[in-house]
Amino acid sequence: MSGDGLLVPVDSKVHRIPAQVKIVALFVFVLAVVSTPAAHFWAFALYAVLLAAAIVVAKLPLPVVSRRLAVETPFIVFALLLPFVATGPTFDVLGVQLSQSGVLGAWNVLAKGTLGVIAAILLSATTGPRELLAGLERLRLPSTLVAILSFMVRYLNVVSDDLHRMRIARESRGYVGGRAGHLKAVAGGVGALFVRSFERGERVHLAMQSRGYNGRMPLLGEVGATRAQWIEGLTISLVAVTVAVAARVVGL
Amino acid sequence: MSGPAIHVERLVFAYPDGRQALYGVDFTVERGERVALLGPNGAGKTTLVLHLNGILGSVAGGSGSGRIEIGGTGLHREHLPVIRRKVGLVFQDPDDQLFMPTVRDDVAFGPANLGLRGAELEDRVREALVQVGMQDHADLAPHHLSYGQRRRVAVATVLAMRPEVLVLDEPSSNLDPASRRELSDILTGLDVTLLMITHDLPYALQLCERSLLMDGGRIVADGRTRDLLGDAELMNAHRLELPYGFDPLSVPGPEGR
Amino acid sequence: MLVAIRSQQAKNVRVHVPDGFFDAPTSIATGLIAAGAVGFSLQRANREIRETGPALAGLTAAFVFAVQMVNFPVGAGTSGHLLGGALAAALVGPWTAVLVMSTVLLVQGLLFADGGLTAIGTNITLMGLVTVLVGYFVTRALLQVLPRRTGSVVPAATVGALVSVPVAALCFTGLYAIGGAVDIPLGKLATAMVGWHILVGIGEAVITAAVLGAVVATRPDLVYAARHLQQDLVLVDADGNTSTVSPDKPIAAKPAGRSLGIGVAVTLIVAGGVSLFASAHPDGLEFVGAKLGFESAAKGSAVAGSPLADYGVSGIGNAQVSGALAGIIGVLVTIALGLAIAKVASLRKAS
Ligand SMILES: Nc1ncnc2c1ncn2[C@@H]1O[C@H](COP(=O)(O)OP(=O)(O)OP(=O)(O)O)[C@@H](O)[C@H]1O
Ligand SMILES: [Mg+2]
Repeated sequence: MSGDGLLVPVDSKVHRIPAQVKIVALFVFVLAVVSTPAAHFWAFALYAVLLAAAIVVAKLPLPVVSRRLAVETPFIVFALLLPFVATGPTFDVLGVQLSQSGVLGAWNVLAKGTLGVIAAILLSATTGPRELLAGLERLRLPSTLVAILSFMVRYLNVVSDDLHRMRIARESRGYVGGRAGHLKAVAGGVGALFVRSFERGERVHLAMQSRGYNGRMPLLGEVGATRAQWIEGLTISLVAVTVAVAARVVGL
Repeated sequence: MSGPAIHVERLVFAYPDGRQALYGVDFTVERGERVALLGPNGAGKTTLVLHLNGILGSVAGGSGSGRIEIGGTGLHREHLPVIRRKVGLVFQDPDDQLFMPTVRDDVAFGPANLGLRGAELEDRVREALVQVGMQDHADLAPHHLSYGQRRRVAVATVLAMRPEVLVLDEPSSNLDPASRRELSDILTGLDVTLLMITHDLPYALQLCERSLLMDGGRIVADGRTRDLLGDAELMNAHRLELPYGFDPLSVPGPEGR
Repeated sequence: MLVAIRSQQAKNVRVHVPDGFFDAPTSIATGLIAAGAVGFSLQRANREIRETGPALAGLTAAFVFAVQMVNFPVGAGTSGHLLGGALAAALVGPWTAVLVMSTVLLVQGLLFADGGLTAIGTNITLMGLVTVLVGYFVTRALLQVLPRRTGSVVPAATVGALVSVPVAALCFTGLYAIGGAVDIPLGKLATAMVGWHILVGIGEAVITAAVLGAVVATRPDLVYAARHLQQDLVLVDADGNTSTVSPDKPIAAKPAGRSLGIGVAVTLIVAGGVSLFASAHPDGLEFVGAKLGFESAAKGSAVAGSPLADYGVSGIGNAQVSGALAGIIGVLVTIALGLAIAKVASLRKAS
């Protein structure tokens, strides 16, 4: 996995919005989606349209979005089981008893989960790791946590590459072995990986100290977002909130 | 300020896991000298240089003893900031040295810790990047650079702090011949005291008039690079080998310049 | 052998709770728990992080992230992956481990769109907090009875890992009982979840054992949970004289000890109580809400305006809001209880 996350490096209006605005916008949007009762199908259709519009503005290629949807799989399975296991009144489809609340629940999990993932993809595909960190810093995430996050992101590739190299080294030596042997080899490798990562962590700290590190990381995000940027960035989320409120009102 | 650039006396050190790496090291480097630190793998070279700005050793709370002076200033806890400003350390693996999200952030890290801000900081960063020829890569992430480029940025991160003593841990390893030569051009152009760990003996001869030979946690030889490299018996005894066909007595060294 | 492992870089599915899986009050409540836990851990790990640097925690997080890509088949064609909470706790200590796991989950959520943003609190609570604390608590408890040497940390943490996964699954079930969208028979869910995760836990335990074994064999000094079991060093000076020194003082070697034990016990009792209660009363939180006096009006009378505007006037007119309030109150009570206990414990220690 790359330390760049899902970033699609093109230039678009969405890419240019400051990260802190996008994080807040994503959060508000998802909150609106999550708090919409499942039975208001039209509201979910509107959310989907909003997201589609944002994806077009962000110039994101569709395969990027669809490939990432795979992260949902275990919960799709769970959702598909719901109609069969949920309690309450049932109805009959082709001779199979399905629970009404189960079907609605499955829809609820699928719709909200999918919209949430797409919204999150929108954030991670339009925001580089550095901007994301700067955004979190602007949002007052504790600086130690931002520092840890930043080191993790920086060394994601290095550590993953180490793991990868170790596996190639093992396999290229024609390692077969039984399952137990395999387990031992992999786990030994992972143990060595930890020692390597830990020692690198120590060396990085030494390198920081030798350049005068005094316990405080320099700030990353020196620029704040303007009011216009906040308004622009939050547009979609505010529309979503309106939809959510409307759904509640209509549902009376 | 008076005194030699580096003065080390009876330095002993064991790592926290109990493995002792230094068994009494003594040497002195005068101002403006360029000295190579040679020795086989595991000799304790890296361990030694990590002592020079107090990141290992008793000042850092480790197990060890001995005495270190940098430019006449004793290495004590209260002098650490001053010492770290004077001694610039370039690590063996550039991935250890480059830990910030972008090249620019990384080069700015040291000067920012020295208190520089704003335009002054920017100038310092640009100057250091120009010195190593990486000014066009300032906004890239370290993992998007080639190994040689990372090495050069690593040197820039230290140059940006304007050290008096520059300590490099195997600067030429993993560099292609052109990058290796470019780096030596950068290093010869600097007006600093230089201590360079290297396994690249021709490089040592080219850059450093004097060499220290280390083995088993001790300094076992100290003299002109050309003389050390020409002493076949000494070389054999400490697992040092010259590249095939290389004759240290016939090539020009820094004295010739 | 039940478990075989294959590393898998490319296609990898993690079991992170997505958005909308639990209702909003549950997400908010777990969000608060997670925020509190991270804040508390930051405070507890502060000294460690000052001495060893944030880079170490960051690299451990990168390590956990990479290791989570190692999959193992559990059965029926599905596979599990290492969560790493118990392992991280044994390696770097519980507080740093909570930060490490939270960091991993934050990066997965923000950078890789993995795990919903509103569910980040839930994910941190389940995978960052429960696995770490349970794993570490069990490890420390077993170390009390096992022989006093570094190697003992391997069996201890193995059991810790084994226990941590089903407990996290149980907590998941508890959360589902409180904030699941659809009523499904909770007994069945709990049995299925726990049964399944015992299998996953065995995988977790086997990997944890092997990894810790490898670390103990090469760098025993790195294993946090075993640092207090280290032996003295022998140093030879320039003249060949030897002397004995104690290894670098373990940083906050026993920060957890008692207060952690009590904390975990309280958490487990509360969590257990809540889930039992919830399974006895399918609408657990609403029941709590009613008991607490937030008489919920007829369903569907939700007011679109600010719910808090109605608060003092006519009670809370919305089951979800009353649920949220109950959840928040529950969390606050738990936190207050935890703080009080920690305070008492520290006072007792000081005196
Ligand atoms: N972090 C550490 N913990 C424990 N032992 C260490 C550590 N780093 C180095 N050592 C040991 O200290 C000794 C000296 O290591 P050092 O890295 O200083 O050697 P070196 O001369 O730089 O070798 P190389 O040429 O391979 O870089 C070796 O035996 C090594 O195994
Ligand atoms: Mg070395």
